[in-house]
Amino acid sequence: MTDPWSLYSEKVMEHFKNPRNVGEMENPDGVGRVGDPICGDVMELYIKVNDGVIVDVKFKTFGCAAAIATSSMVTEMVKGKSVEEALKISNNAVVEALDGLPPAKVHCSVLAEDALKAAIENYLNNSSSPL
Amino acid sequence: MRRIYLDHAATTPTRPEVVKAMLPYFTDAFGNPSSIYSYGQEARGAIEEARIKVAELIGARSEEIIFTSGGTEADNYALKGVAYANERKGNHIITTSIEHRAVLEVCRFLEGRGFKITYLPVDVYGLVAPDDVKRAITNKTILISVMHANNEVGTIEPVEEIGKIAREAEVYFHTDAVQTVGHIPVNVDELKVDLLSVSGHKLYGPKGVGALYVRKGTRLVSFMHGGGQEKKCRAGTENVPAIVGLGKAVELAGQEMGKEAERQAYLRDKLIKGLVEKIDHIRVNGHPTRRLPNNVNVSADFVEGESLLLSLDLEGICGSTGSACGMASPEPSHVLLALGTLAEQAQGSLRFTLGRDNTEADVERVLEVLPGIVARLRAMSPLLKTQK
Repeated sequence: MTDPWSLYSEKVMEHFKNPRNVGEMENPDGVGRVGDPICGDVMELYIKVNDGVIVDVKFKTFGCAAAIATSSMVTEMVKGKSVEEALKISNNAVVEALDGLPPAKVHCSVLAEDALKAAIENYLNNSSSPL
Repeated sequence: MRRIYLDHAATTPTRPEVVKAMLPYFTDAFGNPSSIYSYGQEARGAIEEARIKVAELIGARSEEIIFTSGGTEADNYALKGVAYANERKGNHIITTSIEHRAVLEVCRFLEGRGFKITYLPVDVYGLVAPDDVKRAITNKTILISVMHANNEVGTIEPVEEIGKIAREAEVYFHTDAVQTVGHIPVNVDELKVDLLSVSGHKLYGPKGVGALYVRKGTRLVSFMHGGGQEKKCRAGTENVPAIVGLGKAVELAGQEMGKEAERQAYLRDKLIKGLVEKIDHIRVNGHPTRRLPNNVNVSADFVEGESLLLSLDLEGICGSTGSACGMASPEPSHVLLALGTLAEQAQGSLRFTLGRDNTEADVERVLEVLPGIVARLRAMSPLLKTQK
């Protein structure tokens, strides 16, 4: 059970301690970079797309535990999804999957959604095939 | 897992001797100090004894000590008290850009009510230039407030020199000495201050109690109106147990301060040296020598402070980024920015503040654990790649 007085849910801490899909990607099909180091959060998300399906995803994040955990969670959520499905993933879905975030940290989930959208947009701009 | 507490600038544990001294004043000696029967007079006596102890530690007279609810109240009282009592003389206050928020927020409040505030800059080490203070004084200046030592980076300010300037200009001078009283020598005459703030829980006393030193003859308005306690400056039934606790804490601090400061300074230097040796792209914030004996403040590039703190906490080590009060706001520390630290570097700052309970083994444990944490977070940081 999550301690009601702890800052983060167990899920967030688990993803912070063992983030999934960390790293860079060689020749990604799409890259999204959002945030600003001055504000304390920068996320970089790379995707590999095959036949309209996100077959691989990696991230690098500078930020608080919530920023790292939301990045990690969003990569797990998009893997294997079609680009169209991935575009529908909202920041709320990421927050829910992490069993919630403190109100002051919800912006991290928005950043994760933005990073994903930016990577997909980058892919769509690069590829000639429309959705 | 043994927890290693390295955040003594945020708060300290109340010493068992202090708790023991306080206990009778909750139960047996519970009287109201304003009552004339024996219960009341016992409590009154205990308060006056504590007042003498606080006065002794800072070289003041006991009648110049007003007990408050803590450092924040002492700061509030000093600034508002002087401002509203001297409005006719002038409306200008000089302070610095690195004060604790208990001073800065009062200044902002006063700014909204017709007072003019000068926020002096500091150099890269966090030092205020006494010449800047001198130049900022006008014929409207009624108060100068410069902290004795900064709570985040530990820089000890040239308060004595500023005190001399204030005295020559006949301007009241306040110092927030919350981080220094009980840790390094503080003497109100040597520092030439008219007002000085003290906090109980920063020196192993209880929370919820502090004191304001007010030099005899200083004009300030009453802070709390009511029953006339604390020489009509601060009405309200006195928090007797806490005041007794503060008295005991300053007594013990006075006895042990010199030795303890030396011991902590040794640990501080060992920790700073070790961090700089073991971690690349790390800088020490604050002054190399004019520094609180317990303060270590560093910035590690490419990583963010909260994830550093949380990783340390998982290893049982409690540190902080900047100040504990700032945790709710994601903005980088106003102190580090004032020192000229870049915002992204300020985001990766860590403060360790040593205390009586820390040992050399604690310092070694931090040096063993932190390099790995920094390396792990850097491995997932997109900033490292782009700045390499």
